[in-house]
Amino acid sequence: MSATDDTHDPNRRDFLYIATGMAGVVGAAAVAWPFIDQMRPDASTLALSSVEVDVASLTPGSSLIVKWRGKPVVVRNRTPEEIKSGEDVKLDDLKDPIARNANLPADAPATDANRTTPGKEAWMVMVQVCTHLGCIPLGQEGEFGGWFCPCHGSQYDTAGRIRKGPAPENMAVPVFSFISDTKIRIG
Amino acid sequence: MSEGHSTYTPKTGIGRWFDARLPLPRLVYDSFIAYPVPRNLNYAWTFGGILSIMLVAQILTGIVLAMHYSDTTGLAFDSVEKIMRDVNNGWLLRYLHSNGASFFFIAVYVHIFRGLYYGSYKAPRELLWILGCIIYLLMMATGFMGYVLPWGQMSFWGATVITGFFTAIPLVGDWIQQLLLGGFAVDNPTLNRFFALHYLLPFMIAGVVVLHVWALHVTGQNNPTGIDVKSKTDTVAFTPYATIKDALGMVVFLLVFAYFVFYLPNYLGHPDNYTVANPLKTPAHIVPEWYFLPFYAILRAITFNIGPINSKLGGVLAMFGAIAMLFLVPWLDTSKVRSAVYRPWYKLFFWLFLADAVFLGWLGSRPAEGSYVLMAQLATLFYFAFFLIAMPVLGLIETPRRLPNSITEAVLEKNKGSGSGHPAGATAAPETKG
Amino acid sequence: MKKLLVSLAAAGLVLAGAAAVIAQEQEPAKTEGHSEANPTHFPIKEPKEMNWSFAGPFGTYDKAQLQRGLKVYKEVCSACHSMNLVAFRTLADLGYSEAQVKAFAAEYTIHDGPNDDGDMFDRPGKPSDYFTPPFANEQAAAASNGGAAPPDMSLLAKARGVERGFPRFIFDIFTQYQSGGPDYIHSLLTGYNEQPPAGMVIPEGTHYNPYFANGVSLKMPPPLSDGQVTYDDGAPQTVDQYSQDVAAFLMWAAEPHLEERKKTGFRVVIFMLLFGGLMYMTKRKVWSDVAH
Repeated sequence: MSATDDTHDPNRRDFLYIATGMAGVVGAAAVAWPFIDQMRPDASTLALSSVEVDVASLTPGSSLIVKWRGKPVVVRNRTPEEIKSGEDVKLDDLKDPIARNANLPADAPATDANRTTPGKEAWMVMVQVCTHLGCIPLGQEGEFGGWFCPCHGSQYDTAGRIRKGPAPENMAVPVFSFISDTKIRIG
Repeated sequence: MSEGHSTYTPKTGIGRWFDARLPLPRLVYDSFIAYPVPRNLNYAWTFGGILSIMLVAQILTGIVLAMHYSDTTGLAFDSVEKIMRDVNNGWLLRYLHSNGASFFFIAVYVHIFRGLYYGSYKAPRELLWILGCIIYLLMMATGFMGYVLPWGQMSFWGATVITGFFTAIPLVGDWIQQLLLGGFAVDNPTLNRFFALHYLLPFMIAGVVVLHVWALHVTGQNNPTGIDVKSKTDTVAFTPYATIKDALGMVVFLLVFAYFVFYLPNYLGHPDNYTVANPLKTPAHIVPEWYFLPFYAILRAITFNIGPINSKLGGVLAMFGAIAMLFLVPWLDTSKVRSAVYRPWYKLFFWLFLADAVFLGWLGSRPAEGSYVLMAQLATLFYFAFFLIAMPVLGLIETPRRLPNSITEAVLEKNKGSGSGHPAGATAAPETKG
Repeated sequence: MKKLLVSLAAAGLVLAGAAAVIAQEQEPAKTEGHSEANPTHFPIKEPKEMNWSFAGPFGTYDKAQLQRGLKVYKEVCSACHSMNLVAFRTLADLGYSEAQVKAFAAEYTIHDGPNDDGDMFDRPGKPSDYFTPPFANEQAAAASNGGAAPPDMSLLAKARGVERGFPRFIFDIFTQYQSGGPDYIHSLLTGYNEQPPAGMVIPEGTHYNPYFANGVSLKMPPPLSDGQVTYDDGAPQTVDQYSQDVAAFLMWAAEPHLEERKKTGFRVVIFMLLFGGLMYMTKRKVWSDVAH
């Protein structure tokens, strides 16, 4: 590069090189963005992000599963015993004390009520995916009468809270609301 | 040319450690930094770099498009439209890819014609030239198969016509066509295999490009005077001189490319390809992509039987022959002088040939009827006469102009000429090409 | 010698160009040879070039016009033409609110299913649904329309375009002419009232239209008449206005990201001009000590 050490002002020359180099970097970054951005969910996928479920047929003790964003969401009409067992748990006994309820603030404590929606405490609406590595737990099984994940033995209670096993978090409660007494809108 | 090679040692300790185990730093230094290039290369020589960047761009946009594309006949068209409508920046990536193919061909045509003008195919660069021809053939195959993937009307009927070429071959023609199509007509198996091959071929191109660059670095670059590098003063280091010049060429080229992508994205395409393929309805005029038009015109120019060869087979042979001519160029040209700068008659024929190729391209877009047929026949005749008559004969009868003794002398003479009007010796100066 | 060669080469180029122009001009001549009543090249008349709001480097869609065009499509065209690729949710581009889009979608009935009992059922449309086709399938569409299925309209504005010819296709690069589709649609829709030349044979059940790309006449009867669609924004309720509006709407349907494309393009071109300028200066600097 010594060939370019000519009589011109070196500061001006360096500035030019740096400016050109910077412009090149900016250009390359701008070009890279669409290539990354294209991998985000596209407009048609985002448009399908809400489902409506008719729950009129669910008697206490029964549940149904709907597919939402490609994942199973369980809607369970809990029995009074299940609710009571959920309410009796002390927050200190929980592995994950946060509600993980998308309808509540991010730091809401994981009380049984906070895992459901006000006035409809019998109803669990929850993404039935183990927070360990994404398997689907089995319902009404395990030591706590809630959910049991057969992959690596995580145990959830009747409010879907992690109690034992490798999973780090309570199962997620998605954004949902009761449109009427018998209809739930998820997403 | 190899002097100074392999004496390089990296400056940092890590570099030396790496270089002792895998001499990649040395390879890069020798090939892209210290590599000597003739000092008088003009901007036509930036197209090699432009082509490599276009190949990389096509592969990158192609890979992300493949993430959204479905290669079944029922879904292909809609999946492309989904890319255009719903995928984030999908319209941009798709237009970059479809126009990128065209600009890839624009660049390759400039590159080929530059080689023809300055005699870059002559000894010792015959293999370099032939590797280039192979790249061009692979590009044509890739471009053709890529055009089928959106599954529009032109995709379908273009595929039908082009695979139909092979039925002209006696005895085994129909068998070969069925082999290519995986059926009796263009259909799902055809689309599947074209997608697989369209994905594969660019990587084969990249492989041949490596050989092409390797061969280039063995012989060194040709230059506008066509005379060999004789001393160190004839060359400059690849970096920074050639790198910065190539970069400038790329930016200007990409500027024009961007203009088309953003303002004329469908200019180089055909409206019929926005109609989903219909195997029961042929469009009024089937035209290939613009970069195949000259060969298409040659195909259609043969409307008569030549002895035992019927016009169909004749057309196909003429078309493939037109491409085959390129492979033979190193031996068809008998001249001792490389550059057209010093070959007045060859220069004239070169420009006529260029005009003829453009004219053939235009004829390829016209319907094959009336006076167009005769014009296409005459233009085809000139196309072959350029290679088979002009090239060998001119080399024997033409008196070349006096060659400069060295690249350095040519450069100094040119600069002197442009500095002080036209001195007596100016006739021997090479053309100014920027 | 050199001058002679250059002039020879130039002469060659001029000759080739002249041949091209002559050939071009022979085309209409040939048509006349086949008599006006028996044309061989279509369309008989070239589409009229209109002033579209979305043309040119800074073109944008006129949202009011798109809304009118949607109305024309919905009340007239959609009786026969599907628009399968356009989702209701995208109508937000036309300036509609989320609630308006929802209400619009709900006017359509979507055949969905199966439900838990295994039955198909009908439900009102949602924004994520697509425009429903007027016919169950292409065969049904063809059977109801005299054997020719009306084309899907999602991409019509990009799927139509009359060849521009030499030398106009060169100028188009600089004028950024990309409106061949809308021009064609507008001319076709307004081209029904012209009388065929004496002696021209119009096949039974078809309608003469000199702007039609594939023959002297087409099966589609004149679809629009003055006052047929009520506009609430005071735009004239004429066939010409309807045609322009629906053509603009179809351009949007075919190229919904046109505005984004042109805006991005402007930024890219400006950046590359600056970058190119810097690169040019750097190149000059680097090469300043080497004669070349």
